[in-house]
Amino acid sequence: MPAAAPAHVTARDATFQNEVRAMIPRDSRLEMCVQCGTCGGSCPSAADMDHTPRMVFAMVRAGLRDEVLRSNTPWMCVSCYFCAVRCPQEIHIPDVMYGLKAMATREGLVPDSVAPDFSKTFVNNIHRYGRSFEVGLIARHYLRHYLTRLPGMAPMGIGMLAKGRMGLRPPKTIKGRDDLRKILVRAAELEAEA
Amino acid sequence: MTRFLYYPGCSMDASARAYADSLEAIGGPLGLELDEIEDWNCCGATEYQGISPTRAYALVSRNLALAEKQKNGSRTVVAPCSACYLNLAKTEHYLREDKGLAAKINTALEAGGLHYTPGSIEVRHLLDVVFFDIGIETIHGLVTRPLGGLKVAPYLGCLVTRPDYDHRWRSNEHPREFDRLLRTLGAEVVDFPLRTDCCGGHMTQISPATGFELIRRLIHAADQAGAEMLVTLCPMCQMNIDAYQAEMNRYFKTSYHMPILFFTQLIGLAFGFPPEKLGIGTEIVSARQALAKIGIAVPVTEAQEPVGAGAAGPPRRPRAKRTGLPMPAMPGEDGEAPR
Repeated sequence: MPAAAPAHVTARDATFQNEVRAMIPRDSRLEMCVQCGTCGGSCPSAADMDHTPRMVFAMVRAGLRDEVLRSNTPWMCVSCYFCAVRCPQEIHIPDVMYGLKAMATREGLVPDSVAPDFSKTFVNNIHRYGRSFEVGLIARHYLRHYLTRLPGMAPMGIGMLAKGRMGLRPPKTIKGRDDLRKILVRAAELEAEA
Repeated sequence: MTRFLYYPGCSMDASARAYADSLEAIGGPLGLELDEIEDWNCCGATEYQGISPTRAYALVSRNLALAEKQKNGSRTVVAPCSACYLNLAKTEHYLREDKGLAAKINTALEAGGLHYTPGSIEVRHLLDVVFFDIGIETIHGLVTRPLGGLKVAPYLGCLVTRPDYDHRWRSNEHPREFDRLLRTLGAEVVDFPLRTDCCGGHMTQISPATGFELIRRLIHAADQAGAEMLVTLCPMCQMNIDAYQAEMNRYFKTSYHMPILFFTQLIGLAFGFPPEKLGIGTEIVSARQALAKIGIAVPVTEAQEPVGAGAAGPPRRPRAKRTGLPMPAMPGEDGEAPR
């Protein structure tokens, strides 16, 4: 269970920060942030974020629940772990971002549909085959979100097909798919209980 | 013979087939025996954690549990993909550190008749095993066709040396081991400070402008340093820089032609394998020109031809040119050779 909030944080703030902490396995050390900004300065996609990671941590602390969960910041995280190895407080920043994404997904508070939709399609393929299905994923995603990119992408797609780097057929479903589903269902129940 | 358990990951059978083929070719001489984990499942890449962390760890743990069951004299799982490697290594590390998480995950695994004992499996990336276990002396002894000063930019990407839970690498951000391996093959390693910068990951799919900029930075830096190609160890990095290079060029109105190969392909070339055995020629941005300079001819197969046009992509239809919207001309159009 998360540790008690530091004394200077109000009860309302602590609720949201603790909620976020509870979404993250292991101790994320989120509450240790000293607002130095090393994370945002190290982040390759910070320029395209609504708020830099440092700001998000301050907003979490301030209890700005809605703003945080609707922000595109966690969705723009590329999981490069630069912030994670540079943070002087050793906060597990990518894990915080994953936790925020999962909370936003659960509550339907996603900033726009493209990034969450990509994740959902990816995950659905895993549920169906046990493996990732690149062509299916990309085809569905482009048809839904990037229709205008398709003509420009066609030569690449044809190249990938011609060079045997993409198969049109889905991957062979793993033998243990039903067991895998049972494992994931049980894991979802355990996460909901927490 | 060095025997390991092997987790190939989904892309080895699809977009990174060249990685798989070249690994298979060099596995013999290197004495690598890789036993695939039976019925492994996807690692969730960087997507599943953003949907549900507990489910994501359970997903990865199924692979660890299967590996534990299959132990073949080795307790080490080798993964060639950076994302697969990190997901497996991270899950293993967290299960060892967090007893509560381990209990939860094992409760979930029980539903599928499995169990994992934290600490029973060690997870390592392919480069780690090649560099530290097989070693550059052994590799040096196997080189029959040194790469003759082929100028390469060593590109490791993010996840192999970061966060590096087991402290295997000299540095999280500027490791030099990969450089040494490539030099052993006879390549000239250019000064490439972005060696562990991000390729954009899934950004080409969810925020193209962000993704293209990250790809541009890498290619620009390699180009500035005089590299003839990038060398990578990750299917995702290869895919982004190779398959999206033409789209990136269009976006920025640039005309880069920067091939990217897997390090296993270069090892294979240095060991004297013919290029076609190593999946060379399946890259979208052709490495033919760069390899021709060091006297390695890549045979042309019919399947490769329509897309071998390089940075600007295949020629556009003439109709589009006459009647299309006013568009800036790009080098490489009008049939002139791209840079």
